[in-house]
Amino acid sequence: MAEKHFVPKADREYTKADFTSDQMVKWCPGCGDHAILAALLNTFPKTNHKKENICMVSGIGCSSRIPYYVDTYGFHSIHGRACAIATGVKLANPALSVWVSMGDGDSMAIGGNHLIHAVRRNQDFNITIFNNEIYGLTKGQYSPTTKFGQVTKTSPYGTIDYPFNPGELVMGAQGTFYARALDCLPQLTTDIMTRAAKHDGTSVVEVLQNCMIFNDKTHAAITDRAVRDDRTIILEDGKPMIFGKEKNKGLRFNGRCLEAVTIGENGITMDDIMIHHEDTEDTGIHMMLARMSGDLPVAIGVIRNVKKTSYTQLYEDQMEEQMANGKYKCVDDLLNSGDTWEI
Amino acid sequence: MATEQITKIDDIVVRFAGDSGDGMQLSGTLFSDASALTGNDIATFPDYPAEIRAPHNTIAGVSGYQVHVGNHIYSSGDKCDILVAMNPASLKSNLKWAKKGATIIVDIDTFTDEALEKAGYTENDHPFTDEMERAYTIIKAPVTSFTQRIGNEQGADKKTADRCRNMFALGIIFYATHKKLDQTYAYLERKFAKKPEVVKLNKAVLTEGYEYADKLEVMHSHIFEIAQADSMPKGRYRNITGNVATAWGLLAASEKSGRRLFLGSYPITPATDVMVELAKHKSLGARVFQAEDEIAGVCSAIGASYAGALACTSTSGPGLSLKSEALGLAVMVELPLVVVDVQRGGPSTGLPTKTEQSDLNQALYGRNGEAPLVVMAASSSANCFYWAYNAAKVALEHMTPVILLTDGYLGNGSQLFRIPKMADMPDIKPRLATPNDPNYRPFRRDPVTFAREWALPGMEGLRHRVGGLEKCPDGPLSTDPENHALMVHNRQEKVNRVANYIPDQEVTGDPDAELLVVGWGGTSGALTLAVEEMNKEGKKVAYTHFNYICPLPKNTGDILKKYKKIVVCELNNGQFAGYLRTQFPECPMTQYNKIMGLPFEVGELKAEFERLLAK
Ligand SMILES: Cc1ncc(C[n+]2csc(CCOP(=O)(O)OP(=O)(O)O)c2C)c(N)n1
Ligand code: SF4
Ligand SMILES: [Mg+2]
Repeated sequence: MAEKHFVPKADREYTKADFTSDQMVKWCPGCGDHAILAALLNTFPKTNHKKENICMVSGIGCSSRIPYYVDTYGFHSIHGRACAIATGVKLANPALSVWVSMGDGDSMAIGGNHLIHAVRRNQDFNITIFNNEIYGLTKGQYSPTTKFGQVTKTSPYGTIDYPFNPGELVMGAQGTFYARALDCLPQLTTDIMTRAAKHDGTSVVEVLQNCMIFNDKTHAAITDRAVRDDRTIILEDGKPMIFGKEKNKGLRFNGRCLEAVTIGENGITMDDIMIHHEDTEDTGIHMMLARMSGDLPVAIGVIRNVKKTSYTQLYEDQMEEQMANGKYKCVDDLLNSGDTWEI
Repeated sequence: MATEQITKIDDIVVRFAGDSGDGMQLSGTLFSDASALTGNDIATFPDYPAEIRAPHNTIAGVSGYQVHVGNHIYSSGDKCDILVAMNPASLKSNLKWAKKGATIIVDIDTFTDEALEKAGYTENDHPFTDEMERAYTIIKAPVTSFTQRIGNEQGADKKTADRCRNMFALGIIFYATHKKLDQTYAYLERKFAKKPEVVKLNKAVLTEGYEYADKLEVMHSHIFEIAQADSMPKGRYRNITGNVATAWGLLAASEKSGRRLFLGSYPITPATDVMVELAKHKSLGARVFQAEDEIAGVCSAIGASYAGALACTSTSGPGLSLKSEALGLAVMVELPLVVVDVQRGGPSTGLPTKTEQSDLNQALYGRNGEAPLVVMAASSSANCFYWAYNAAKVALEHMTPVILLTDGYLGNGSQLFRIPKMADMPDIKPRLATPNDPNYRPFRRDPVTFAREWALPGMEGLRHRVGGLEKCPDGPLSTDPENHALMVHNRQEKVNRVANYIPDQEVTGDPDAELLVVGWGGTSGALTLAVEEMNKEGKKVAYTHFNYICPLPKNTGDILKKYKKIVVCELNNGQFAGYLRTQFPECPMTQYNKIMGLPFEVGELKAEFERLLAK
């Protein structure tokens, strides 16, 4: 059955200004959140959703302040619970375009349970994870994505917590859409978010975000201009996995694992380079791509985007079927059903 | 039946006890349904273990179902007139619930040495001592062997036949209560419509039980004809459990208010059946979501409320604890929300299948900050319907979370329910904002109720943000000290003003009473009966029962001040008494508490009231 589109279309063209709120943005100057906000404000006009039907939901954290800075309906909730609140918003009114924003701590520590179950259900809403690998709002404690061994306020001798890779978590929970973006590439982030909005089901976009106060340069090893092209690979559906300043490096599968190779060296040609398929049902390659780090470039772009009937669709189908064919048409019918008698 | 001798009685209490797998809940339900259908008033009380099937023949595995039948029934009764005990363990653990002189029907085939030992009987403590035989009428029915013989005749295997043993016992009970079997035949035909052989077997065993009783000399002098329910208001009736009534009350409120019903919940005994029931009613628009935990249950409901639904979450004590933080959020964002807490024995996992009223403090105070919300309590299985409806009405009209307290006794117990017409139910008018209202402000309040307006995502021209951070009346965040004081005051005042919309508290019983009995929630059956009986005996006792807990009815203080002696009775260690004392420190109150996971008994209440009167 084809997916239905429940969110009404915009009756006019919007611009970024239509979504910019009059509230003062209170993030630290230079915080990566500013760029993510800008990307989101640029995304909304492209979704072609009616403005009144857009609803932002967030948890608690620096990143979760975002609803105040977007001129839509918004719910700044409690720590970790944004996915659960959004689930109710969308179930109560599937005509809403629901956008969840969470920090790494919000989404994967206190809210980890809600995140995996939201992803597993594949309800039709969009999640953005602002991953600065630290607790920003509470001033610098390690989070579930902080690098192993890192010294933070609560790990003065280095963390001994093995970090989560959000992509693995999403795919482990049977996620249907997972992308990774960089706060320093706002145009790419907008493109990714626009694609996320079009996905029927739960989309998760992890944005690597810099907290310049409590975890400055945590992503610098891959995001610095000087190294970015060699340390990251931007994946595009149906295209070979090529990266590097000279566009001469690529990824191939050597039968055991992915490896980075240079085209023209050791007999490697373009034919050896893997083609990216977002829609491969099996998570195997997508997992490997999401995990890449160290010797391999960090994958950016839409890593996984597969079709699977959304919870929203399944729910509305059941409702429709029962409303049309169910036994009771009104509460009076129900009250008088079964064994009743006069006294 | 030439020699039979029928005794007319006002009411009778029958208790079915057996191993968890023996089908006692079903026998009890069939007996109560048949009684209701033949014109008796009823109340039931299932008393079952937390384990689904504890080891066979042990005390831990005993499951009970008590049915009280008569002309006007308030509670499921203290002790039983007839006890059915399907094995030694059920006799051992349930004998204390039998009145002196009660009729006890046992399946004598199960009283093997091994089963007796498992039940904890010893050579010196045998079930059928002379003393026992003198104190009770004991009917040693060969239930298992008779049932197996019929099973054999019909070609059923032993296991299938054994599953019908409860029907044999039920047949005896129908004989003893002078009832016909047609009701139950019809039920079996409906229930097993696709399995005619099962219908045939069950009917045969039921009939055999009835005929077995007819052939027993002793039974002839033990036939009771139970008075019809004549003192009840005329109307159409049905049997209903408290949890189903709660679910239906929410459905009714949704239909009346025009707001979609949303329930976000996580299974927990004894509240699960509210969700189970609502999950059936998609055709009536019920949107049920089984969440990953209680936090997600309440949070999804808060999200649904933001989006415009009549949003509810149902749970029991431990689940309510998990919801605390989110309830604070609901208070802060001032959205309508109904939280049903079917209380059970606590703390922690406590006594999951037993009843208690010990979540009151949690409901009243269990949140950080100054976080007032409305608390109300149902007082009978049937009136759970009206209290759920009312909780929704108050939530929607006053823009506040409401906690509705019921309990395991009300939730699992059943009662006759006079079926209302939806047209007669009071109106519910949600406080929806008007699209494109240029003056809309998120925390603009109605000057009379102090309720804010509900602007729903999707409405044009009302975009706004809500959240857990303190806001100023116009909507934006504010940490201004004066503003915080004002908002705290306003949220409290809104809850206080609900008192302007609730009826006066009533007092029943002796107008010149010396002693005022105070109760709240699920204990009203036993309390009403205790006070009524004492009034009949000429004792000066009055009674007031609370359903509105926070806020209290406005005349509460006036009532309390009138009495020299007040006793607050509740199934906890005095939580309501403590609450009343803080509000009315000038009124001296004693308290009567029971914390055994069991409902009050009329007898123990009367003894306590007599003691207080004599003091
Ligand atoms: C129940 C609860 N526990 C703890 C906190 C304190 N707290 C607020 S934000 C936060 C972590 C924020 O980190 P993250 O989610 O990564 O967001 P960021 O600030 O980095 O954007 C914590 C621990 C809280 N608000 N509520
Ligand atoms: S503390 Fe870090 S995450 Fe928070 S606003 Fe400042 S830079 Fe951004
Ligand atoms: Mg963070």
